[in-house]
Amino acid sequence: MTNIWVIFKKELNGYFVSPIAYGLMAFFALLAGFFFYSATAMFVQRSMESQMMGRGFPMSVNEWVVRPVLSNVSVIGLFLIPMITMRLFAEEKRSGTYELLVTSPINDYEIIIGKWLAALTMYACILGISMLDLLILFAYGKPDWKPMLVGYLGLLLQGGCLLAIGTFISNTTRSQIVAGVATFAVCLLLWVLDWVSAFETAAWAKVVAYLSVLTHFESFAKGVIDTKDVIFYLSMIFLGLFLTARSMESLRWRA
Amino acid sequence: MITVEGLTKRYARNVAVDNISFQVEKGQIVGFLGPNGAGKTTTMRVITCFLPPTSGTAKVAGYDVLESPMEIKKRIGYLPETPPLYPEMEVVEYLDFVGSLKGLPSATRKKRVDEVMDRCAVADVRSKLIGKLSKGYRQRVGLAQAIIHNPEVLVLDEPTAGLDPKQINETRALIKSLAGDHTIILSTHILPEVESTCERVIIISKGKLVATDTVSNLTNRLRGSEAVVMEVDSPAGPLDSAVVQQKLEQVPGVTRAVFRDMQDTRSRFEVESVKGQAVRAELARAIVESGWNLHELHAVGVSLEDVFLELTGTTQVPATGVSQ
Repeated sequence: MTNIWVIFKKELNGYFVSPIAYGLMAFFALLAGFFFYSATAMFVQRSMESQMMGRGFPMSVNEWVVRPVLSNVSVIGLFLIPMITMRLFAEEKRSGTYELLVTSPINDYEIIIGKWLAALTMYACILGISMLDLLILFAYGKPDWKPMLVGYLGLLLQGGCLLAIGTFISNTTRSQIVAGVATFAVCLLLWVLDWVSAFETAAWAKVVAYLSVLTHFESFAKGVIDTKDVIFYLSMIFLGLFLTARSMESLRWRA
Repeated sequence: MITVEGLTKRYARNVAVDNISFQVEKGQIVGFLGPNGAGKTTTMRVITCFLPPTSGTAKVAGYDVLESPMEIKKRIGYLPETPPLYPEMEVVEYLDFVGSLKGLPSATRKKRVDEVMDRCAVADVRSKLIGKLSKGYRQRVGLAQAIIHNPEVLVLDEPTAGLDPKQINETRALIKSLAGDHTIILSTHILPEVESTCERVIIISKGKLVATDTVSNLTNRLRGSEAVVMEVDSPAGPLDSAVVQQKLEQVPGVTRAVFRDMQDTRSRFEVESVKGQAVRAELARAIVESGWNLHELHAVGVSLEDVFLELTGTTQVPATGVSQ
């Protein structure tokens, strides 16, 4: 446990002493702010229209603002994740510090989990910025906070699963660029997989669409925790971290 | 303290280390000598549990590298060829991190970090970023990192590579000062380094063990000696080289006589003797008095470099080596 904490602390520190953390946060704040602004503007316009037409039924802030913002954020996440994970192992291998970690009295899984948790925390900090946007809603209206939290839980789970895959890819190379590009490709692929369901309804298309990380986020965006989706994310996280462990082990034998 | 037996490490295409066996006693400084690519780093990586051996065993403090790597990792300090440093960390911060990585409790860690910084003379740069340090400082921070948990065994891979002469001397002095408390293996391809810091030498070349001896023996045998080549035959038929060897070694001042080769009926011997002792006349007398014919007798200069090159087989050594 202490070992995981040691690695976690060092790794998180690494993010915040380099410009990566701040750059990503600024970039994300800009995009999330833009999405929030356009969703809110649209909501305001639509609700004025519906009032003028005399509909008594009030429009839901959650449905019109929170949900589209969270869905967009989950897509931006796909672009941020490679930048968070690419350095995790590739950097250590290039600079030779990998040898220090591996020859220290600490288990492989402690290194992996420490690094992954640091990446997840970094991702959570970035997501936290979009939360600031949504908090503004409380000043002017009464959005339901529970579906919001569920949405963020979904974002964290989705991020955790892509981060685990990124951790694995970073472990297979010495080059940050290669790790980043490969992770980006995989993230993109896992995003577009569900597009097959638009034109194909055969069993294979359902399986392929099921593998898409975004389809599993939809219910979270609505504020619904579906066990099926939670299990999907958790098993993907496990798979990614497990592959990283195998990769570390195989490196030892091939080297 | 370290026992390596029949160690072999094979990569996909080549054999990096081929059936090496040696032992290192507690408290010794052992030099691991060999040209680049001889398998020094690979052997060290096996000892530090970074790589598993293909076959054979390596034991540190009684623990096997495959069976209980954790126990070894707790007892070993390792400085790889490029010091494993994080350029974005301060020296103190880095040593504290390595200390916690090696399992030092936080209560004693701070004190220990101060101690090793004093010991390795890096206290004056304690709050500088490692990325801004000069090469000599980095190497010393690397050493500080290796000894932070006061390990029983220190493995140093080319600790003086790339340093300027002054830094090399400082680093050597530092390593020597660590000797009493730690068992040290250091690799190098620089001969004087072994001479000035190590007690024993293990010479490897192309993955094979070539020689292992104490430094004083080796230098006596090599640099401190003069060698003579003799060509001898016997009028009474073939010559028994063992008998001649024995005869030659009885001459006072001779340390070693080796049978080299045979041309026609003449046998060539190489005789090494203590420096400064005139043995040539005695050798000639010994041969003639035994009833053999002496055809040739000439001195060859032997330098440590020559013998190293000869042992490791990197270059064809001319018969009359140039002393430095």
